[in-house]
Amino acid sequence: MADQITDTTKSRLIHYATHLGDNALILGHRNSEWCGHGPVLEQDIAISNIALDLLGQARNFYQYAAELTGNGATEDTLAYLRDVPDFKNTLIAELPNGDWAQTVLRQFFFSAYQYYLYRQLQKSGDAQLAAIAEKAWKEVSYHLRWSSEWVIRLGDGTEESHERMNRALDLLWTYTGDMFIPEAYETEVFAVDPARVKADWEQKIKQVLEEATLTVPENTWTQSGGKKGIHSEHLGYILAEMQFLQRAYPGAAW
Amino acid sequence: MVIMKTTATHIDPAIQHIREILETVPDPEVPVLSVIDLGIVRNIETEGRCVEITVTPTYSGCPAIDMMKMHIRMALLQAGFQDIVINQTLSPAWTTDWISESGKQKLKAFGIAPPLPAQSVCTPDHFQREEAIQCPLCNSYRTRVVSQFGSTACKALYQCNDCGEPFDYFKCH
Repeated sequence: MADQITDTTKSRLIHYATHLGDNALILGHRNSEWCGHGPVLEQDIAISNIALDLLGQARNFYQYAAELTGNGATEDTLAYLRDVPDFKNTLIAELPNGDWAQTVLRQFFFSAYQYYLYRQLQKSGDAQLAAIAEKAWKEVSYHLRWSSEWVIRLGDGTEESHERMNRALDLLWTYTGDMFIPEAYETEVFAVDPARVKADWEQKIKQVLEEATLTVPENTWTQSGGKKGIHSEHLGYILAEMQFLQRAYPGAAW
Repeated sequence: MVIMKTTATHIDPAIQHIREILETVPDPEVPVLSVIDLGIVRNIETEGRCVEITVTPTYSGCPAIDMMKMHIRMALLQAGFQDIVINQTLSPAWTTDWISESGKQKLKAFGIAPPLPAQSVCTPDHFQREEAIQCPLCNSYRTRVVSQFGSTACKALYQCNDCGEPFDYFKCH
């Protein structure tokens, strides 16, 4: 497909693949911060597995974006040598982990988004995006199941866990809208318009939050800008840690 | 040029020879399985001493795929092949259905419960009824899931209620 398209379309395809990779990389990195710190061993392993799946998805999207870009771009130059405004991840991915309640609720919001998005992306006219989505969709179904169960377990748990879920909900809810505001690169034929996954996402969120005895917030105001490259202060700190080695010792390998 | 899809029934001797070589290449994370048992070799083409292999990863983030590609290359070099091309494809996505019957038996003997032939719970729904997975040690079906995420991306963690043994299950994918 990439051979016959206009420069604008190709540029948007690169942006789109990079955006999907950024979402997966940044949340994967956040989840990896739990490695060795999970509340119990099995859940430490679970969140680290989810991090690994997301890193794998990021690699697939970056490899494709790098191939389309040419000029010596690689998955590593995309991950390690871009600065904050170049990253197009949705804001919710870069927020700090907070407590376990905040981590699992964020994962639930994001996995539900990825689940419906990848389901449609498998029908993309771009064969490589469709193939990556086909592979990743099965993985995300496990993430969605795991995070749904945690949201219900904590929401419908003790007074303390319920209270913590409510706090997480207050914080995270205003970042969910950012996922559904389409950028130009999401309106091309190869992409999934996020507006088309919103209804499914909302239904899933409502179903699980109700079972968790939590109330779906009514406010619709949302933070936005992540997909344009306008980020919270948190992303810079992530990149500082993640990119340090390649910035200080360019090309370092082992 | 001999081309062989791994799903075809008639197997050319040249392809069969390469398959036999690949049967000696283990999955580094589950070393009782060869890359053939695991079902990640999707296509083999050969002509003379040239060979082109197509593999697919089990999971997007499978850290073993690069090592498996290197081991495949080394095994073929040792067998006298010279021009070796190893491609990677993502579609169709790997599924546990592609693990061979002998591979499933090897898994069980190794202490890992093999994937069920008809898997019913590969969905995102929460708190669904768990599959009855047989304990690879005492064969009891009275087992319970401890975590859907285990020691590697492809496994879930179970425990047997009868003999108490914790074990890995090669989960639905």
